[in-house]
Amino acid sequence: MANIKRQYIYIVIALCIIVPLLTQKIMPVRVSPPVQQAYDTMAKLPPGSSILFSIDYDPSAQPELQPMLLAMLRHAFKCNQKVIMICNWPLGFPLGQDALVSCAREYNKSYGKDYVNLGYRPGVAAVIIGIGREIRDFFTSDYAGTLLDSLPMMTNVHNSNDIALLVGIEAGATGDVWVQIANARFGQKIVLGSTAVVAPDFYPYLQAKQIEGIIGGLKGAAEYETLIKHKGGGIAGMTAQSVTHIAIILFIIIGNIGYLFLRKKR
Amino acid sequence: MRTRVPLVITFITGFLIILGFWIPHDPVGDIQSTFLIWYAIINGFTMVLGIVSLVHIHTRKIISHKSGYGYSLILILSMLATLWVGLYSGIKYGDLYKIDAPFMWYYNSIFVPLSATMFSLLAFFIASAAYRAFRARTFEATLLLIAGALVMIGRVPIGDVIWHKFPVIADWIMEIPQMAAKRGILIGIALGMIVTSLRIILGIERSYLK
Repeated sequence: MANIKRQYIYIVIALCIIVPLLTQKIMPVRVSPPVQQAYDTMAKLPPGSSILFSIDYDPSAQPELQPMLLAMLRHAFKCNQKVIMICNWPLGFPLGQDALVSCAREYNKSYGKDYVNLGYRPGVAAVIIGIGREIRDFFTSDYAGTLLDSLPMMTNVHNSNDIALLVGIEAGATGDVWVQIANARFGQKIVLGSTAVVAPDFYPYLQAKQIEGIIGGLKGAAEYETLIKHKGGGIAGMTAQSVTHIAIILFIIIGNIGYLFLRKKR
Repeated sequence: MRTRVPLVITFITGFLIILGFWIPHDPVGDIQSTFLIWYAIINGFTMVLGIVSLVHIHTRKIISHKSGYGYSLILILSMLATLWVGLYSGIKYGDLYKIDAPFMWYYNSIFVPLSATMFSLLAFFIASAAYRAFRARTFEATLLLIAGALVMIGRVPIGDVIWHKFPVIADWIMEIPQMAAKRGILIGIALGMIVTSLRIILGIERSYLK
């Protein structure tokens, strides 16, 4: 019991993931307070507010973070908000663009009027300070080279004062930089969505009211999807995640029983 | 002279950037903005440097038939293929990131699944590692084990189905003991960063000059 071959563990985990995904069983999702706070922040903004989405992840975190981005974009468009997208991780740009364009199509939104994508600029901290002072210092044009002043929704957007909410989708430490500069220095309202492994880093910011809400991991995405009443990748993955967690806990229990028997023998 | 000039530049730029946080008004704010734009430009060039270095190292490996040169060949070919698809999409479609452009197909069908697969493998390693390493050897280890198991069960919907208090317990662990530990770590990191930055600005730490 204390020495199950790793191949068997891998097979069990693979089955725990594949079978629930194939059977498409759905479990009820309870919404946690940090996600509810994130949802309420977005819902309470007056229609027509500018929301800055920052894509701070790349394809390695796509299965966990893309459902979250899609849910938040849907909510923003549903509430008739204006979406500005930027990217701090160059490899994540197409993921953001893909989600932005598909959600905009769903809600019949037009480019330049309801949403823009400004693309990637190097130098995270410098870009964040630049957005706080004058966005045109770093983004004179959008990702395709169209001048910012020729995009109707951007004419009155100059700095943090004109951005009602920042939504950072994080797979690393860029969320910390947003809080430390955009919130601490410029008073920017922030909601952070992140991979489950990064989420614990953001709890101190939530308690200190430096951010408005946290959406952690695929579970967070499922909670947000529950709130906007749109079943997506988050809810679809919950049964697989539940079964896998149970399997891991069972393995830990079996391992410890085996360990206790071995210790008694010695 | 070769040491003194970089030290003076580091001191002046570091000092002005810090000053900009307390005095955001011009001229300090303006100087800070200019420095940050320079930083972003230099940061952009590091990417070019990275590509040049990568091509240089792997080309040499292929030419000299060093062990594992096949992987280097795949890397160079993949790089060239990406460049070609990108240029083709940019020229033909006018927008590299147009949803039906070949570059987006290339990105979504090859790069995304490969990257996601690499990261997803963690699930298998974590399961195996948890089984082997999560043992109740000491009181502290037992505490960690119980807390970990409670968070794992409380953070998935099945936890709520088994017992409605599991999510509440998981939330409590995340918001009280976890946060206390995290805050301690964050304060420690911040103090370390302040000390290191001051040592560099004041010229005490000079290893970056070597």
